[in-house]
Amino acid sequence: MEVPAAVYEEMIRHARSAVPAEACGLLAAGPDGKATRAYCLTNLDASPVAYTVDPSEHIGALHDAEGHGWHLAAVFHSHPAGPPVPSATDVAKALEPAWLYVIIGLAPADRPSVRGFRIVDGVVTEEPIAVEAA
Amino acid sequence: MPTIRIPTLLRPAVGGVARVEAEGATIGEVLAGAAALHPEFGDLVFESDGSLKRFLAVFLGGRDVRHLRGLDTPVPPGAEIIILPAAAGGAR
Repeated sequence: MEVPAAVYEEMIRHARSAVPAEACGLLAAGPDGKATRAYCLTNLDASPVAYTVDPSEHIGALHDAEGHGWHLAAVFHSHPAGPPVPSATDVAKALEPAWLYVIIGLAPADRPSVRGFRIVDGVVTEEPIAVEAA
Repeated sequence: MPTIRIPTLLRPAVGGVARVEAEGATIGEVLAGAAALHPEFGDLVFESDGSLKRFLAVFLGGRDVRHLRGLDTPVPPGAEIIILPAAAGGAR
């Protein structure tokens, strides 16, 4: 997925602001599949090891994205103390086969890393995140 | 007739379509109407006691029906109902 630098930085900013809890949000994309906006949303779990996007904010993001002619293409969350790879929980709870599952690893804190994965029927396939310069 | 927007997860249960129309005056009736046409959809949406699966949120007019009257929430004719699966996970 192509992600503009501003959108990429917004995800990392949100992830850092939630430490020690996980942060989460949704990514909109245009018809070309390129990310257009990061919706930084509330983690109802407020936990360092779990996230649930607030459904009321999820529907708001959906309406906003569709109002711009976009669609929701990805969900992102952070692993504040672990690597940016899907956990067993991430795989088990991946219910949207059309989405890219983006994970932001914050360890080490000064070098965050962001990776994307398709998770379909329990099968995980990495898809590169290409950061587009501003 | 109300329309239900079907998330990708549930589309195989309704023949692959993104929207289903079903009769009903409440959320529960409309979902049950769709389940009568597509039994697998009913299995995925309803618990055995008839309640809504916990990992699904159902919206009417942009509001989560759990914050309205749940499955008894009245549905105006022609309304759009949106089903969203939970976006969830975590490091452990």
